[in-house]
Amino acid sequence: MIAFVVRRVLASIGVMIAVGLIAFAMFRYVGDPINQMVGVETSVAERAQLREELGLNDPAIVQALRFLARAARFDFGVSYQFKQPVADLIGARMPATLELAFVASILSLAAGIPMGVYSALHRDSALSRLFQALSLIGISLPTFLTGILLITLFSVVLGWLPSFGRGDVVRLGPWWTTGFLTVSGLKSLVMPATTLALFQMTLIMRLVRAEMLEVLRADYIRFARARGLSESAIHFRHALKNTLVPVITIVGLQLGSIVAFSIITETVFAWPGMGQLFLQSIQNVDIPIMAAYLLFIAFMFVTINLVVDILYVSVDPRLRASLHGMHG
Amino acid sequence: MSRADVDLAKSGPPPPSLVARLRDNDLVASFLSSKTTAAAGLIALILIVAGLAAPLIAPTDPFNPAANFLMDSLTPPRFVAGGDPRFLLGTDDQGRDLWSAILYGLRISLMIGAFSVLLGGAIGVALGLIAGYAGGWIDSVVMRIADVQLTFPAILIALLLDGVAHALLQKSNREETAFLVLVVAIGLSFWVQYARTVRGSTLVEKNRDYVQAARLIGLSPARIVVRHILPNVMGPVLVIATINLAIAIITEATLSFLGVGLPATEPSLGTLIRIGQNYLFSGEWWIVAFPSLGLATLVLSVNLLGDWLRDALNPRLK
Amino acid sequence: MSAALLSVRDLRVEFATRQGPLIALDGVSFDIAPGEVLGVVGESGAGKTLTGLAIIGLLDPPSRIAGGEIRLDGERIDNLSPARMRVLRGRRIGMIFQDPLTSLNPLLRIGDQLTETILTHLSLTRRQARERAIAWLGEVGIPSPAKRIDGYPHEFSGGMRQRVVIALALCAEPALIIADEPTTALDVSVQAQIIAVLKKVTRVHGAAVMLITHDMGVIAEMADRVAVMYAGRIVEIGAIGDVARRPLHPYAMGLMAAIPTLEARAGRLAQIPGTMPRLSAIPRGCAFSPRCPRVFGRCEAERPPLIAVGERRAACWLYDAQAAPAAARAENSR
Repeated sequence: MIAFVVRRVLASIGVMIAVGLIAFAMFRYVGDPINQMVGVETSVAERAQLREELGLNDPAIVQALRFLARAARFDFGVSYQFKQPVADLIGARMPATLELAFVASILSLAAGIPMGVYSALHRDSALSRLFQALSLIGISLPTFLTGILLITLFSVVLGWLPSFGRGDVVRLGPWWTTGFLTVSGLKSLVMPATTLALFQMTLIMRLVRAEMLEVLRADYIRFARARGLSESAIHFRHALKNTLVPVITIVGLQLGSIVAFSIITETVFAWPGMGQLFLQSIQNVDIPIMAAYLLFIAFMFVTINLVVDILYVSVDPRLRASLHGMHG
Repeated sequence: MSRADVDLAKSGPPPPSLVARLRDNDLVASFLSSKTTAAAGLIALILIVAGLAAPLIAPTDPFNPAANFLMDSLTPPRFVAGGDPRFLLGTDDQGRDLWSAILYGLRISLMIGAFSVLLGGAIGVALGLIAGYAGGWIDSVVMRIADVQLTFPAILIALLLDGVAHALLQKSNREETAFLVLVVAIGLSFWVQYARTVRGSTLVEKNRDYVQAARLIGLSPARIVVRHILPNVMGPVLVIATINLAIAIITEATLSFLGVGLPATEPSLGTLIRIGQNYLFSGEWWIVAFPSLGLATLVLSVNLLGDWLRDALNPRLK
Repeated sequence: MSAALLSVRDLRVEFATRQGPLIALDGVSFDIAPGEVLGVVGESGAGKTLTGLAIIGLLDPPSRIAGGEIRLDGERIDNLSPARMRVLRGRRIGMIFQDPLTSLNPLLRIGDQLTETILTHLSLTRRQARERAIAWLGEVGIPSPAKRIDGYPHEFSGGMRQRVVIALALCAEPALIIADEPTTALDVSVQAQIIAVLKKVTRVHGAAVMLITHDMGVIAEMADRVAVMYAGRIVEIGAIGDVARRPLHPYAMGLMAAIPTLEARAGRLAQIPGTMPRLSAIPRGCAFSPRCPRVFGRCEAERPPLIAVGERRAACWLYDAQAAPAAARAENSR
């Protein structure tokens, strides 16, 4: 088990280094960093001096290693447009995005898994058909349209929920602000979280349904029926557990992508998170922020992947066995 | 062959007509058997024709600033109080006829969708074939790149590529290149799925007898891959392409909505919705409503077709 | 025949299709006495498994029982509600499937699967159920059962897993076991062991067995009587000795000739030319007539019922003249 975790961690570090090199290439070779940092009135001599100070004349490999080493310490340089350290900018906006993504993840799992299980068990019921139709709409409706639809209904027509921002936030320690503790914060969270969750929820539901239907056809389910086990034992003890094993992997990846998808939701609801910052950086060609965000997303993905792998092994005895077999 | 088959071959009835054969075809039968699918097919067809024929059927040219007047801006639809008979669905903030803008927007969405699917498909299929057939380090490199790219959702890749392209291109010709940049960004964000599928199929096909035979008689690898393996891996590629068309259209609309896609001067559906969102609270609902409806209908009908095609080609997935 | 444990009369199973129902089983009738082993043989697609699934009430749509009746201890079971049928499954009728590798849930310990089944049917405490599970594992020949009970299925070999499957099917002591090709998926070397275990355990617990297989060797080893199926019908049924030695139905003759015996090992296995008809294209008369070496006019026009020939019955017009026709029909319709 330990050897397995070590191997997975090493692989994760490999992915991070690869993404780091891409980020470095973007930073160094897309446009000239010096031109982005200084004004037009800066003289050629001053530019050359700055270039030397920043180490931009060093061999590429040295620059790349320096970039990676700094990134590992969360030092991504200074934003071109805000003239502030990128780490501070991202840090200030991270709580908003993570709270949104967290609530959306919980929402999509809590709704998607039961809906998928139900529509697999009752294939032809009216409710299952409704779920199927909803899932098709959920997949076909671009996230921003869902958001606009919700705003139209709940803000413009009914006036129940705020259409933008995070509401009042409470500061917890130096690094975190939360919207969970105020009424306006919670109200502000409802629509963005729903919007962000909807697409993931439909995916999870479809996946769970397909997997569960597959499992219900398995021989061990038929044998369990032949032994007269109760429907609930067959569905929930035998089928659900086998369904969730493959679902874990894909759902893990999906949840990882929620953070990235929040770019769209944050734009629709003017949510002050990292996604908005990233979008601004793209519009203003603010490469340090783009590079840092890229690394952040990769880090999220790699971490979730690692957790999923470990979870997977602890659920499935066959994998545990093959791991034991591998080293004695 | 059983006795009955032999008899049939000897003195059987004349070969069935085209119509009869189409009715017997499973794909066509399952298409017609589902009313939803048939309706979706019809709607998709109408939307595609409307988009392609936009320059012919649109009353005005929304791309031509001279044809639109600011004094007409924010006119409600014709069937609403205060509407103008010239503008069926009303006008936007620049006085453009929304009906025309939607037709042109459909055209752009479909073109970007189709081109980016073609581009992503071509790259993915080519790399998949090469990786699968050549194996070794080429295979490893291609698949590692694919793994890393899979780390990120397609929309993020497209955003990044878009950002990089903007940084590399001159600000002045951004508008002219926006279309091309979108196609490349979306296309490149989709190649991995094709490559993985095609590589898998190629690995299987490579060891088939007919490929071994072709190799023995000295055909060049390129010829073997293109003439013998490629036709055998196209089935799944087609299914992925259909599903990807819907995703590509959504991605384009999303990028344009986020303001990094097509500029307001040549609006796609996403751009129109972005403009319309600003008028949600001031009562000009039509600017956002009609383009949204058009986009949702387009994606839904393409998705329904994709679902049906996947089920029909692969009954096990139902 | 009133003492029969299981009694199947005129069973008919249909598949619903787009072109209308296909008849998969037609007029299937047979009895199994308590403790008796009935072998059911035939090519794949002859309807052996469907018969077993119909009896235990596990036919999946689009197939369904369309006619006839099934009685267990005199009580009709083909029209029971799903809830009452469920209580009966495992407790009074058990079933063993072909592939031991896929019959066990990979994520649950075999002990849990056993105790779960025992507790479903018998009112025991968890501890008692576990003891009984260990006893069952010992009985089917799992070495050191008290230790292996907490193992997962993948930790057992194919033969051992099939032993576990047998224990699972029998652990609530059903009076009838339907064994569907219990050894087909196994290595030849362990097939004989599994048949021996099945034979021993069912005899000790007095369970009757419906043994479905296409392997005549397995039938000869274990069965008391044998039913030969072809294209959804029973074509011959009788004591194993009679049917194996002097088959009546031409199809059964072909099948029996395919058993390698000690004397005839050197000779070539006889084969029946042709293939079984598809369900959608069963001939109007005798389903076997297109392949039958002894076919004559009546076979292609009229379908033969099961005709009594001594202790046995065969569905073939060849025997219509020898037995009194009226008596044969009366026997069949009773």
